[in-house]
Amino acid sequence: MSGNVEGRKRATLVVAVVIVLGAFGYLLYGGLDKNVVFFLTPQELLAKGTQVEDVPVRLGGMVAPGSVKWDADKLDLRFVLMDGVKTVEVHSKGAPPQMFRDNMGVVCEGRFRNGIFESTNLMIKHSEEYRAPKPGQTPQEMYKEMFKTLKQDASS
Amino acid sequence: MTRLIGLNALMVALAVAAFGVVMAPIGVRRARADLVRATYSATYAMFALVTIATFAMIFALVTHDFSVGYVAQVGSRATPLFYTIISLWGALEGSILFWAWVLSLLSALVVFWNRDREGALIPYTTMTMLAVSVFFLILLVGPANPFTLIAPTPLDGPGPNPLLQNHILMGVHPPLLYLGYVGMTVPFAFAVGAMAAGEVGEDTWIKLSRRWTLGAWAFLTAAIIAGMWWSYEVLGWGGYWAWDPVENASFMPWLTSTAFLHSMMVQERRGMLKLWNLNLIVATFALTILGTFLTRSGVLSSVHAFGEGPIGMYFLVAIAVTLVASFALVAGNSEQLSSEGRLDSVASRETVILLNNLMLTAFTFTVLVGTLFPIIAEAARGVKVSVGEPFFNKMSLPLIASLLFLMGVGPALPWRRASKEVVRRQLLPPLIGAVIAAVAAIAVGAHQVYAVLTFAFAAFALVANVREYVTGVKARMTLRNESAVTALGRLVGANRRRYGGYIAHLGIIAMGVAIAASSTFRREYEATLRKGESMAAGGYSVKLLEVYGREEPQRSRIAASVAILKDGAEIGRLDPAMNFYPTSQQPIPTPAVRSRAWGDIYINLMAFQQDGSNATLKVIVEPLVPWIWFGGGIICLGAIVSMFPTRRRSAAWMGARVAPDGRGARPSPGAATPAGGMLASNTLEGAD
Repeated sequence: MSGNVEGRKRATLVVAVVIVLGAFGYLLYGGLDKNVVFFLTPQELLAKGTQVEDVPVRLGGMVAPGSVKWDADKLDLRFVLMDGVKTVEVHSKGAPPQMFRDNMGVVCEGRFRNGIFESTNLMIKHSEEYRAPKPGQTPQEMYKEMFKTLKQDASS
Repeated sequence: MTRLIGLNALMVALAVAAFGVVMAPIGVRRARADLVRATYSATYAMFALVTIATFAMIFALVTHDFSVGYVAQVGSRATPLFYTIISLWGALEGSILFWAWVLSLLSALVVFWNRDREGALIPYTTMTMLAVSVFFLILLVGPANPFTLIAPTPLDGPGPNPLLQNHILMGVHPPLLYLGYVGMTVPFAFAVGAMAAGEVGEDTWIKLSRRWTLGAWAFLTAAIIAGMWWSYEVLGWGGYWAWDPVENASFMPWLTSTAFLHSMMVQERRGMLKLWNLNLIVATFALTILGTFLTRSGVLSSVHAFGEGPIGMYFLVAIAVTLVASFALVAGNSEQLSSEGRLDSVASRETVILLNNLMLTAFTFTVLVGTLFPIIAEAARGVKVSVGEPFFNKMSLPLIASLLFLMGVGPALPWRRASKEVVRRQLLPPLIGAVIAAVAAIAVGAHQVYAVLTFAFAAFALVANVREYVTGVKARMTLRNESAVTALGRLVGANRRRYGGYIAHLGIIAMGVAIAASSTFRREYEATLRKGESMAAGGYSVKLLEVYGREEPQRSRIAASVAILKDGAEIGRLDPAMNFYPTSQQPIPTPAVRSRAWGDIYINLMAFQQDGSNATLKVIVEPLVPWIWFGGGIICLGAIVSMFPTRRRSAAWMGARVAPDGRGARPSPGAATPAGGMLASNTLEGAD
């Protein structure tokens, strides 16, 4: 008698655990399926065509030299992202990351709509390794140039 | 010279540790006490040797000895002394050295405090600590050798990673994290030791593990909070958590160790969950190694990764060995692991802890899947994907809300069984609190379901946990005629473990509310201002005074001087800046924050005109953010209170009142005593 009750209890428990695990697995799978964001280069993006139209994507590449148009008053940024093969025009609202420059590696989060990549989030690709800069363009020399025009120490 | 001292010390330490690993089992098997003592001596010797190596490295860093590989990698003459010293953990090799040093210190302490304990448990525990040390020492004399020779000796080095030397919290976050990670090795070693000794049927290993787990958990908590704080103060996006793989790596062992801290109580109280506890602590340890693998192998590209290296394989092998050996041991001990007790009722504290463990495990699994999925997808299908924040938020919000809810139910219910009457009396006040909080949250403009639920359940848990204090103090005041303050002090003093836990709960509640409020009510404003112009930002006005540059020894700085005005009156000034380091291609953003208990004003300098005529500012107004950091402090305070031993005097006193055998087998208050007595016994019970 008591064994029977125990057995039924155990069966109920097993069924409950299976249901909970199943629901959790389903949630997990569904969540992953909908929220995986592909990381593409301009070449891959253009190759996929309509498949990636208006789908959240991460687009990675370099800022094409001379392409940055930053309207500070309207907080409107346009530039061309390149990967050495293809280029994609990127548009973004809001201030760019600090010292947004030509040839900088960036990752843009956003959607490709009507031939323009509408970016909602711009991230600089941080390189954690210390590569020796090429002569003549060490960051220090670059900064020095900039500092010539900004030399008015307010705090001292 | 320094180089050779350091390197040789590490090699001898490796030999000594390996000797100990071999001697411990032989000593136990042949009942040779001298061999066991030799193992203990080997542990002390290893600690001394790794200490010598660590000091040799610090000496090399401080004296700028660029013939030492690691110094040439992270040192520079221009770096201030403080950052020179902390660059010990600024890159891969140094951080492994620091790790090995902490591990050797903890191994020595485990031996020192338990050396007179009889039986095979401590020898096998020591063996496990030494085996883990052997792994890290192999790394240090092999692929992560910090003492390589650089010839010819360079005149200067590049200096530590700019991101790391830009903020003081970088001096704090890594050592806290290593103390947390390495600390988890100790309960793992006790578990393995108990399995190897065949003593898992007894609770000795759980009892010995408790304080170590709490300590490691407190360090891990503090490290995660410091990491969040650092990310908030330095990275410039006004957030503190991004589900970055490296953040996840520290969060997963935190989740499993939190589960372990709760489920070990069920084992001590009810003799249940023995198998589960072993698996939890093995998982926690494996996750700390996985975390190091993720951060140190370069397998993920993230802000924290230190670049590619051959070290990844070593970690994978270590994880595999850990899992295989542990599960083989668990299987070998299975007949000892059956439960003594069983679940008597759904309405009991052990059920709530069981659910809490289920939630925490599901949470860990979710984070694990989300973190590893991109790696697996890239390896299996050759596509680069990222699992976005929406996935983590969607999965974690319901789990966080349920955990907050359980945090209120658990303390309110007694062990074993609660009658309907008790359930109603205990849960009604928290429920009223939850309803009030939900209404208030909706009234001030929270609309997302989970935001409202978080506020409601936080209030629920707050009332339930505070109520434990109130009923306890009241009972003592009536029974013992104590003043409220004395009663509170003695109540906590006599039940440190239990009331320390409730303090930690309060810290979690503070954090939960702060995170929900700061993400729900966060407002961002962005504008380009000319000198003297202002912008409106959430009830404040932000005025650009000027843009200026300044040269410092190790870096240059461009900053905007900004005044914050409220109703036309200036209430403060901030100087958000960009720092330029000679070794970094990009400037390091250095936002400025005005922090008050009710919220932060966070200003970041995004762009500026080269002639200093204008600057683009991002202003973020976030309520309650400081409560995340305070909450972290409260959690650690709770852990510290819990760790301190209960005073003997109170234990004896309690023994006289509650049960003749005091500390040992206690009567279960909720079941044995009628409702009236429950209040008193619930308050006076000794919880270790």
